Amino acid sequence: MELQTILAARPATFEAAASMLARAAADGQTVRLRGGGTKLGWGAIGPESRIELCTGRLNKVREHNTGDLTAVLEAGTRLVDAQEQFATAGQMLALDPPLAGAGAASRSGTDLGATIGGIVATADSGPVRHRYGAARDLVVGMTVALSDGTISQSGGKVIKNVAGYDLAKLFAGSFGTLGVILSVSVRLHPVPAGTATAFAADGDPEALAAAARALAAAPFEFDALDIAWKRGRGTVLARCCGADPLRRANRAARVLQEAGLDDVDVTAEDDALWELQRAGQRSRNGALLLVSARPSALAGVLRAAERCGGSVVGRAALGVSYVEVEADALEPLLAALPAGASGVLRDAPAEVRAAIDPWGEQDGTALELMRRVKARFDPAGACNPGVFVGGI
Amino acid sequence: MSTSALVSRLEAACGEEYVLTHPHALATYGSDGLAQYHQIPVAVARPGTAQEVHAVVRACYEAGVPWVARGAGTGLSGGALPVAEGVLIALSRLRRILQVDLDDGCIVVEPGVTNLAISRAVAPTHFFPPDPSSQIVCSIGGNVAENSGGAHCFKYGFTTNYVVGLEVVLSDGTVVELDRDAPGYDLLGAFVGSEGTLGVATRIRLRVIPVPESTRTLVAFFEHTSQAGDAVTEIVGAGIVPGAIEMMDRLSIRAAEAATHAGYRLDAGAALIVELDGPEEECTARFDHVMALCHEAGAQDIRVAKSEDERALIWKTRRAAFAAMGRIAPAYYVQDGVIPRTRLSEVLARIDELAGEYGLQVANVFHAGDGNLHPLVCYDAARPGEPERAEELAGLIVRACVEAGGSITGEHGVGVDKKRYMPDMFAEPDLEAFQRLRCAFDPHGLANPGKVMPTPRLCGEVPGPYREHPLERAGVAERF
Repeated sequence: MELQTILAARPATFEAAASMLARAAADGQTVRLRGGGTKLGWGAIGPESRIELCTGRLNKVREHNTGDLTAVLEAGTRLVDAQEQFATAGQMLALDPPLAGAGAASRSGTDLGATIGGIVATADSGPVRHRYGAARDLVVGMTVALSDGTISQSGGKVIKNVAGYDLAKLFAGSFGTLGVILSVSVRLHPVPAGTATAFAADGDPEALAAAARALAAAPFEFDALDIAWKRGRGTVLARCCGADPLRRANRAARVLQEAGLDDVDVTAEDDALWELQRAGQRSRNGALLLVSARPSALAGVLRAAERCGGSVVGRAALGVSYVEVEADALEPLLAALPAGASGVLRDAPAEVRAAIDPWGEQDGTALELMRRVKARFDPAGACNPGVFVGGI
Repeated sequence: MSTSALVSRLEAACGEEYVLTHPHALATYGSDGLAQYHQIPVAVARPGTAQEVHAVVRACYEAGVPWVARGAGTGLSGGALPVAEGVLIALSRLRRILQVDLDDGCIVVEPGVTNLAISRAVAPTHFFPPDPSSQIVCSIGGNVAENSGGAHCFKYGFTTNYVVGLEVVLSDGTVVELDRDAPGYDLLGAFVGSEGTLGVATRIRLRVIPVPESTRTLVAFFEHTSQAGDAVTEIVGAGIVPGAIEMMDRLSIRAAEAATHAGYRLDAGAALIVELDGPEEECTARFDHVMALCHEAGAQDIRVAKSEDERALIWKTRRAAFAAMGRIAPAYYVQDGVIPRTRLSEVLARIDELAGEYGLQVANVFHAGDGNLHPLVCYDAARPGEPERAEELAGLIVRACVEAGGSITGEHGVGVDKKRYMPDMFAEPDLEAFQRLRCAFDPHGLANPGKVMPTPRLCGEVPGPYREHPLERAGVAERF
């Protein structure tokens, strides 16, 4: 069911965004939030809203403090544009979710790409999460608008700071249900001097998982350590960055060999490999389930995917897997996941999303606390209602 | 509920011998690591299990009595200072390591386990990176409450980057499981660093990581702190992320050298400790580069640790800096501020200027990578008015940090000591947003009241009619 939007607001200032939100809330209206529009299908389908608030004109890199390796980005800034600017100083924001890199806009056939606000609000990430953490770990401060028109700041612009509550973490992954993210302060990292990737394949999920475990326990400081699985065969990929990446990748390759994997190889031309991993996190026509499990349950996740005809990409050492299946295989996949694993539905045809709760079962006590948080931050219930866990 | 009824409930919860009410016993718990604040609670409860903590919190809730959780009591912002009408919950008996699971790269512990014991439990292959100077004694529960850092957090991150699961008791006695990867709000992220005001953690799941393959450590001596600061900027600018990068100024070198006789140059204006760790080839390539950059920045002398003993001595000297100040001053006040690293020279000059105005000595120890300054304001309590002047000077230093775009605290927390500076950093709408979180977790304000927020404030009911709060009735707090 398509939502009928009557008003699309594109505020150019924080104040305008806050006052639009406050006016809508005071009128008893709800507001949908939109950044680059690359993840609008995520979450539950909430009740229809008549107002859409787009962050597209809040698109400036307000500060890039090269010497301090920090930056302040307005929420509507496309990550690809910000990265371009940081790269001029040999720096990067260590976040690499899909549809946020060079070429994303042309592939999606629009002038859109993921914005920093949308990435933070959905807690999206990519392979370098292995080394640098998720959005929550890189955001050091945040400015938000609440539905009563308040503009509030938390954190700061320095990478170390424990003053006040860490509201940026609360808003990261909140799907816009607490308020509108207006800007984020982030920590930057140096762009690595060089990269090289060791990879190897196998048809046995246990062998792949054991190899990934051996690499995770090795002191190689990988930038990324991923798994891929499709049609009965999988790959482990480990990316080394820094002063002598090829030598380290060769050492990683030896670990893969000792683990008994096939087709062990090393390449310094590895960008395409990792672009494929990112692409596997999205599904155009099927259903994509984000699975969280203990890393030791990885083989079980691969077997579940195989049983349901699915494919997997994932962060082997973090227990985060993205499983894509045909829409009608979603229920069997959920049933086949190993004990302790939880799944959140991301991409799926609208009828599939409407039929199930994309967030799955929630712990009652934690959910009650989340409802209390929502009630305090957005007592009017104006911000993106109904899209989040438990119908928040 | 009367005090004696509450004490009976506490005794029923933890056992009679673990509830202290005698004034002498209570006095031990009157202060944490910040001794200038002292407050005797009504009782100290020392529960031995998570279930006993739940029962204690429940009893406090039913009695409408506030409580403060305390770990090892090493905090430097008065975060574990008791409240006069309340109960202090000491967690030192909860020190079991519940599970070590290196396949999943994690460990599950009780809150009273010391920071160092965690690294020891996962050694020799793994370690827990956050390493506050007090790591031998400070507890992980306190680290979680304060989001503790340490010398290695520039590269490895803070406590918040390593906590993956918590069992938390809310102030109404509800037990809630917070999991970093569970769908929904990142309540775990909001809880870590909340200084005991949102609840008390009774079980903590942490990520641990492989021990680096190689570690190389040097100490470079410079004539001026500004040169050492330039070296830091060059090192970081070259894309090098040292495991640790620490600076000491002339006064702190003198104090630390007197304590450890490590052979530090007493004529140096600054000592810069740089430690690189990581894969062998990465370390070796970077280490030569760091040496070259230190020379270029004007280092008088560079000493490289040739053995683990020499490395340990470098770190012992650095860690001794605080305690060793006692050798050159009768008393000192430890400040904890953060600045953007590029503003170092300017802020140090400002601190010098202020110290001159106040006629007091200030030594500086600095986590240089992340801009976390620890000025030590020296004073003599025997001289009338000097402690007050020292505190005033420390306050001006923290304001100088905020004016430079930094923070009032990088790792010690706000607690009771720094809440007066919160308005320097946060406007009223910011504080009001903090209060919304506080109220969602603890609507009755029973968990560590009077900390973090600059003025006491109460939570309105959401939704529902207005009801007068007991603290409001007593005139202790007002509604915002």
